[in-house]
Amino acid sequence: MVSSVAIKTEPLVVNIGPQHPSTHGVFRMRVHLDGEVITDAEMVVGYLHRSMEKLAEERTWTQNIPFTDRMDYLAAMTGNLSYCIAVEKLAGIEVPERAQYLRVIFAELQRIASHAMANGTFVNDCGAWQTPLFYMFREREKILDLFEMACGARLTLNYMRIGGVAFEPPDEFWPQLQALIDELPARIDEYDRLLLDNEILVMRSRHVGMLSAEMAINSSVSGPILRGSGVAWDIRKANPYCVYDRMDFDIPVGNIGDCYDRFVVRMEEVRQSLRIIKQALVQLPAGSHTANIPLNLIPPAGEVYSAIESPKGELGFYLVSEGGPTPFRWHVRAPSLINLSPLREMVVGQSIPDAIVTLGSIDINVGEIDR
Amino acid sequence: MLLSSWWDVRDLGNAVSGLVDALQDAGVPNGVIYSIAALLGCLGIIAFVGATAVINIWVERRLIGRIQVRKGPNRLGPFGLLQPVADAIKLIQKEALQPKSADGVVYSLPPILIFIPAILAFAVVPFGDKMVLADLNVGVLYLLALGSTTAVLIFMAGYASNNKYALLGSMRVIAMLISYEIPSVLALLGVVTFAGTMSLSGVVDFQDTYWSWLIFFQPLAFLIFLLGTTAELNRTPADIAEAESEIIAGFHIEYSGMKFGLFYAVELVNAMGLSAVIAVLFLGGWWTFGVEKVIPGWILFIGKIYAVYFLLIWFRGTLPRFRMDQLMAFAWKFLLPLGLINVLVSAFEVLLWTEYDISAGVILPASVVVNFALAAVLIVGWSKLMMKPFTDVRRRPHLFNEINVPLPGEATPEPAG
Repeated sequence: MVSSVAIKTEPLVVNIGPQHPSTHGVFRMRVHLDGEVITDAEMVVGYLHRSMEKLAEERTWTQNIPFTDRMDYLAAMTGNLSYCIAVEKLAGIEVPERAQYLRVIFAELQRIASHAMANGTFVNDCGAWQTPLFYMFREREKILDLFEMACGARLTLNYMRIGGVAFEPPDEFWPQLQALIDELPARIDEYDRLLLDNEILVMRSRHVGMLSAEMAINSSVSGPILRGSGVAWDIRKANPYCVYDRMDFDIPVGNIGDCYDRFVVRMEEVRQSLRIIKQALVQLPAGSHTANIPLNLIPPAGEVYSAIESPKGELGFYLVSEGGPTPFRWHVRAPSLINLSPLREMVVGQSIPDAIVTLGSIDINVGEIDR
Repeated sequence: MLLSSWWDVRDLGNAVSGLVDALQDAGVPNGVIYSIAALLGCLGIIAFVGATAVINIWVERRLIGRIQVRKGPNRLGPFGLLQPVADAIKLIQKEALQPKSADGVVYSLPPILIFIPAILAFAVVPFGDKMVLADLNVGVLYLLALGSTTAVLIFMAGYASNNKYALLGSMRVIAMLISYEIPSVLALLGVVTFAGTMSLSGVVDFQDTYWSWLIFFQPLAFLIFLLGTTAELNRTPADIAEAESEIIAGFHIEYSGMKFGLFYAVELVNAMGLSAVIAVLFLGGWWTFGVEKVIPGWILFIGKIYAVYFLLIWFRGTLPRFRMDQLMAFAWKFLLPLGLINVLVSAFEVLLWTEYDISAGVILPASVVVNFALAAVLIVGWSKLMMKPFTDVRRRPHLFNEINVPLPGEATPEPAG
């Protein structure tokens, strides 16, 4: 006699994070697994929430700049820049030419540093045991040295000011910047040879975490993720700020919108950033590095939304002033958070390794997600 | 040839046989003599394994450091050589936590038991002409059998931990074992067919007799076995069982303190063991084109072990990890057919040699040429075929000078009709 026993089965629910080597901080992904295939995924954020947007309402306009360092701490320059541009728009401040160029140079240096970090951790997520990460760190380190020369800090820079930049870079800054520009192309070519045609890396990231152009636009993602999906969109071109309209550069665009495309787009953006820095160095005018603004800045009542192309995407600030010394509302459109929104669609049906690679290719920064 | 005196350091086996002879002259019973000889051999192997495990921690960390443009441990002792000691002291002091829901005995046993196959593997490895503890005539089979038991112990560890990541890790180990044993066996089958013996000393003797390392006769088998080794050792690019970036530490995620330390150490011992097997089967073991008559063969052999081990470290420092299904596909669709073809061709060559009496002077150089050409053609062609879905898509990005989507609130195209 054959008796059949009903075996009780249930999906395996695994918390990837908040403590996990590949969640880039304290992000948590709750996945339902069938074997190793993800049947459902749920993103949980909020482990690094510091209530910045509320705190900012208690501080003056200038005092809020350090908060922007601590959002995306891997790209503090662009955080500073986005906020300062928004306040300048609100208060109608003219920024001197030289300050504009300095801002472009530092923002592009920051983009190189941030992309180096993003690509290093991405390859690390693919399983290359830290080697590419350390190589990328080597380049990032040189950029951080430059930042240290300019403003004394390496990570939380607080360099941009409303109306310009905090300091004129010292004289020894320029030769070192030139040396970096001279040696970086060779280094990038080296990474191209090591990584881009590495068959294992291609196997791991091709056709993984696909995001169609339509889906990308509908879910409002921006930055390299949008460009990886084949949409040539860049705020530096679409709505130029600072002096980007005087720069000649290209928008790298991916082919099919998978993890590999996002990776190569970042790789190419580093080259384009170098192009921009070179042009900015040639065009750099003499003059003051900051506008003459009152210490206690009080913008007129009103509201403004202004966004820039940060390394991770569209970093926007929505500011409301009631004509007081502090903002009435200080809202951040953080690219890391919004780029996460299509992640569920991207990982369902894939396995855990693919989900990790997909998350790595999005290049989130939890400091920016939670604020 | 070799001096057979006990003081000849070129082969430490002479010292033991000298002792055996002396004891026999003194009238000691044979059972006691051979027990003493076996005990000496065991002690030698355990000393070698223990010492190399400690040194390898340092070697691996320093080399990985070099590869990763950093220095590696360099503070404790000269060149940081005492770092492994400090690591061990730290691990011993740490509390060995055990999860409440873990299965006590099954959880505690694997870190200890896993050393047994790792050390047993050295029993059949010939360090010199006479420096082999047990010259089994089925040595190759014995090694393959030992390799499988490790996977069972890893599965035990992962399953008894009652942790979801550990469970995933141990499931991966079993799947990987089934896939990788077969190409490895096929690769060794090619070697055994050629050498005509399963004894490891016999394989070295074959290489000695025909004045050539087997890697020249079996390049394809060497590569297949090397890749199989990475899977067996859980090392990059096949470290899916403990994949740090995916399932954190896989099967040993719940092990702390010295239990973790034992897993860590056994990894190095296993790496040493399999490097030794590769050195014996493909790189001539202690035999090195006559150099072993000047420099002791066992020193050359250890040098070869480290050369292979360096290759494994290099892999670890350079390559990303395969995905589970890709690793399986690699084993079944790439290594397995290549292994079969290699066995077929080797068998044909041996058939010509032994049955049709073509002299070794003709058949051996001819098979070197044929096998190298075969390996090159098969690897290049087959990998092109396998990579087809990945090479069809353009790899470099397109460059646009302008945005290609309408700006918000501007000139959106009117819908037709």
